[in-house]
Amino acid sequence: MQKKMAYSFPDEVLEHVFSFIQSDKDRNAVSMVCKSWYDIERWCRRKIFVGNCYAVNPRIVIRRFPEVRSIELKGKPHFADFNLVPDGWGGYVFPWILEMARAYPWLEEIRLKRMVVTDESLELIAKSFKNFKVLVLFSCEGFSTDGLAAIAASCKNLRELDLRDSEVDDLSGHWLSHFPETYTSLVSLNISCLGSDEVSFSALERLVGRCPNLRTLLLNRAVPLDKIANILRRAPQLVEFGTGTYTAELRPDVFSYLAGAFSSCKELRSLSGFWEAVPAYIPAIYSVCSRLTSLNLSFATIQNPDLIKLVSLCPSLQRLLVLDYIEDSGLEALASSCKDLQELRVFPSDPFGVEPNVSLTEQGLVAISWGCPKLESVLYFCRQMSNAALVTIAQNRPNLTRFRLCIIDPKTVDYLTHEPLDVGFGAIVEHCKDLRRLSLSGLLTDRVFDYIGTYAKKLEMLSVAFAGDSDLGLHHVLSGCESLRKLEIRDCPFGDKALLANAAKLETMRSLWMSSCSVSFGACKLLGQKMPRLNVEVIDERGHPDSRPESCPVDKLYIYRSVAGPRVDMPPFVWTKDEDSSLRLS
Amino acid sequence: MSKPIEHDYIGLSEPQLPSMEKSSDTNNKKNALHLKATELRLGLPGSESPEWDDHDHNVLSLKTFVSGAKRGFSDALDGGGKWVFSGGSGGGSEGLFSPRSSGNNNGGKGLSGSDSGLGGPVLKDGATQKPVVVQEKKPQAASGAGHGNGNIAPASKAQVVGWPPIRSFRKNTMASHPPKKDDDAEAKLGSGCLYVKVRMDGAPYLRKVDLKIYGSYKELSSALEKMFSCFTIGQCGSHGAPSRDGLSESRLIDLLHGSEYVLTYEDKDGDWMLVGDVPWEMFTDSCKRLRIMKSSEAIGLAPRAMEKCKNCT
Repeated sequence: MQKKMAYSFPDEVLEHVFSFIQSDKDRNAVSMVCKSWYDIERWCRRKIFVGNCYAVNPRIVIRRFPEVRSIELKGKPHFADFNLVPDGWGGYVFPWILEMARAYPWLEEIRLKRMVVTDESLELIAKSFKNFKVLVLFSCEGFSTDGLAAIAASCKNLRELDLRDSEVDDLSGHWLSHFPETYTSLVSLNISCLGSDEVSFSALERLVGRCPNLRTLLLNRAVPLDKIANILRRAPQLVEFGTGTYTAELRPDVFSYLAGAFSSCKELRSLSGFWEAVPAYIPAIYSVCSRLTSLNLSFATIQNPDLIKLVSLCPSLQRLLVLDYIEDSGLEALASSCKDLQELRVFPSDPFGVEPNVSLTEQGLVAISWGCPKLESVLYFCRQMSNAALVTIAQNRPNLTRFRLCIIDPKTVDYLTHEPLDVGFGAIVEHCKDLRRLSLSGLLTDRVFDYIGTYAKKLEMLSVAFAGDSDLGLHHVLSGCESLRKLEIRDCPFGDKALLANAAKLETMRSLWMSSCSVSFGACKLLGQKMPRLNVEVIDERGHPDSRPESCPVDKLYIYRSVAGPRVDMPPFVWTKDEDSSLRLS
Repeated sequence: MSKPIEHDYIGLSEPQLPSMEKSSDTNNKKNALHLKATELRLGLPGSESPEWDDHDHNVLSLKTFVSGAKRGFSDALDGGGKWVFSGGSGGGSEGLFSPRSSGNNNGGKGLSGSDSGLGGPVLKDGATQKPVVVQEKKPQAASGAGHGNGNIAPASKAQVVGWPPIRSFRKNTMASHPPKKDDDAEAKLGSGCLYVKVRMDGAPYLRKVDLKIYGSYKELSSALEKMFSCFTIGQCGSHGAPSRDGLSESRLIDLLHGSEYVLTYEDKDGDWMLVGDVPWEMFTDSCKRLRIMKSSEAIGLAPRAMEKCKNCT
C-alpha cells in the first residue's frame, strides 16, 4: 500500500511528462505500461496518425482519444498512384469529418493522403473547426475550387494550405479572393497542382503581401515568369519557393528584375517548379544557389551543360530531384560538388521511348555512391544495371535507408553478365542494415527474395514487380522480414501457398497488395474466414470471381488488418468472403 | 460495371497497330476524310455511321471489345511487325508477359488451357487474359551505349498499365511537353497516356480516362457508358459509394444515346463542344476534359462547333 503511494504521481504530473513524448510509437508504448497510464495518455494525446483509414473507424478513435487536435489519415494503397486502383474503390474522408465535427470542435490540423475529399467535406471543415490551422491534401481528389473557397473564407486562423499532387476540379479562378482582407496568418501555401486558369494574380499578390509569416509558397503553372519577381519582392522572407512556368522570351529588363528579386530573398533554401524552364533564365537564381538545400528540377526541361552548371553551384544541396537529362556526366559533377547530398531522385524524361534518349546509366548512380557520404535515399530510373554496380553502391553506402531502383524494361538482365540481378540487390540488403524501403526491378529469381528475407530485418516497405519464380519467393519475404509493414506486388508468379502459410504474418503488417499474380478466389475466401481481423478485398472489375474457373487468379488483392471489421462503402467491383451483398450500401 | 482500364493491355497496343497499318493509307485518306469529318453532326458518336472511324469494333460489350482486340493481335502478326518475345538479352527469361500467361514455363499455378502462344487462358465467358506484348528493340545486349544495331525498327512500345511507376501528374506533364534531345518524331508515339477528367452531371465523383487507349468515338462512348452506368439510375450511397444494382445494358444505351445525356468536351481554347464533330485524332489532340451533361443544357453547342470547324479546315 505504502509502496504504491510512494511511487505514484498525480495525474497532472504524468500528463506533463507525457507532453514531451510526441512520436506515436512512444505514445503507444507509454499507454501499455499500466491501466492508469493508458487512461492518462489517452486524455492527453493530441496527435493521431492512421496509416490506413479502414484499419479503424472514427468512432473507435474518438472513443479512445477524446481531445485530439491533429489527425493524419491515409486512404488508397500506394499503387493507386499508378492507376492500379479503380476509381470509386474508397478512401472517403467525409465520414471522418462528420464524426470529428461533433467530437473535436477544437481540431486544428487535418492531413490526408490518397483520400477522396469532396467539396462537402471541405465545407464541413470550414464550418466546424473554429481554430483550424493546417490542411494538407496529399494526392487527394474529388474536390473543386469551390471547396477551397469555403476554406479560404471561413478559416480565420489558417496557417497551412497544401494541396500537393492533388487533383482539383477547376471551376473558378477566384477562390483565392475568398481569403478576407483581414486574413494575415498564412505561413505555407502549396497550389502547385492546380490547373491552368485557377489563380487570380492580383489576389495572390495581395495575399502574399499581407502575410508577413509566409515561409512556403509553391505556385502553379499558370503563374508566368514575369509575375514571379513581384511576388518575391513582397515576400523576401520566403524559405521555400516554387515557380510557375519558367519560360519567357529573354528580355534583359525582365531578367535583371527577376535576378534582383531572387537575390533579396536571403532565407531561401528550397526551390521547385521550373516547368518548361529555359536556360536563359536559369542564371536568375544563381545568387541563391549557394544556400540551397533542396532543389526540384524534375519538371525542368533544361539539359547539360546548363544543368551541370546549375547543380555545381549548389554545394549545400541535401535534396535533388531531377530528370535524367542530368546524365552520368552530371551526376559525376554532382558527386564532386555536393557532399551533403542525402536524397537523390532521377526521373525519366522519356519513359515510353523505345531507345534511350539520354546517356544515363548505372554509372551515374555509382559515381554518387562514391562521392556523397551522406546519401541515404535514392529513387533512380534507368535502362541498364549490373550486379557489379549494385554491389559497389551497397558497399559504398551502407547508410542507405531508402533504395528504389526502376529499370524501365521489366525483367532486364545484368547487361554485362546477362544474369539476373539477384546478387546485386542481395548486396544492397546485406550491407544496408538500416534499409527501410526497397523497390526492386530487373530480372529477379526467388533467390533475391531469399536474400531479402535473410538480411532485410529493418525493411518496412517492399515493392516488387515482374519478379520471382514461385511461391517460395513470397514465402521468403513473409517469413523473414521481421519489420515488414507494407508489401506491394504486381505481375509475379506468387500464389495461394505462400499466402496461406503466412496468414498470421499479415496481421502484423499494415497491408499487402497483389495484382496480376496467381492467387485464387478460394484462397482469398479461406483467408478471410480464418483471419477475422483481416479485411481481404478482391478487386476485380470482370464480375464475380465465382463466375470464372476455380484456377483463374483474382485480378487484384488488397489485404489489410482492421479492428473496424468489413467496410460498408465497398463498390461493386470489390469482393469479399461475404457472398451476399447485404453489407453494401443500397 | 466500369470499364477495366487498368487491364487494358491489348487496348493500349491497339491504336498503335492501326497507326502502323494505315500509315500508308493516311495520306490518301486524309483529303477525303477531312471534308466528311468536319461535316456538322448532331448527336452522339456512333449514332451516325462514322466512315472515318478506322476500327469499327462494335464495342457495346466488354466481350466483343476484347475479341476485337484479339483481332488486332493477329493483324499485328500478319502485318509483319516485328514482335519478338524475348525478355531482353538472352537471359533465359520467358518474355514480358504477366505470369499468368507464362505460367506454364514457370511451374507456377496450373492455368486452364491456353490459346495461342500470345495469350493467357481463355475464360468461361470468352474474355481472354490480356498478356503484355512488347516489341523488343534489340535482340541481344541491353541498350545504353550501343545505339547502332538498327536491325529492328519498331514505331513504339506497347505499354503495361502502371509501368514504369510514374505518377499521373508527371506523365501528363511530360506527355504534353515531350522535349527530345534528338528530333525523333517516332518516339513521340510512345509518349505515354493522355488522361482527361470526365464529369457526369449528378455523379458523386470524377473519373479519368486515357484517351490514347481508344481508337474511335464508339469505343470511348462505350467505355464511358460502362463507367458511369452505376450513376445513371441515381442509386448512389453517401459520398461516392455506388450500390451494386444490376443494370441492363439496354437501359444504359437508352439513357446515353437517347435524349437524356450528351457527351461534350472542353477543347484547348476553353470552348465546350459536342463530342463527335471532328475526326478522332483532332479530338484527342484538343480535348482537355469531358463532361456528360443533360441534353437540356447542351443546346447551343452545335453552332459553335460549326464555326470552329470552319476555322480549322
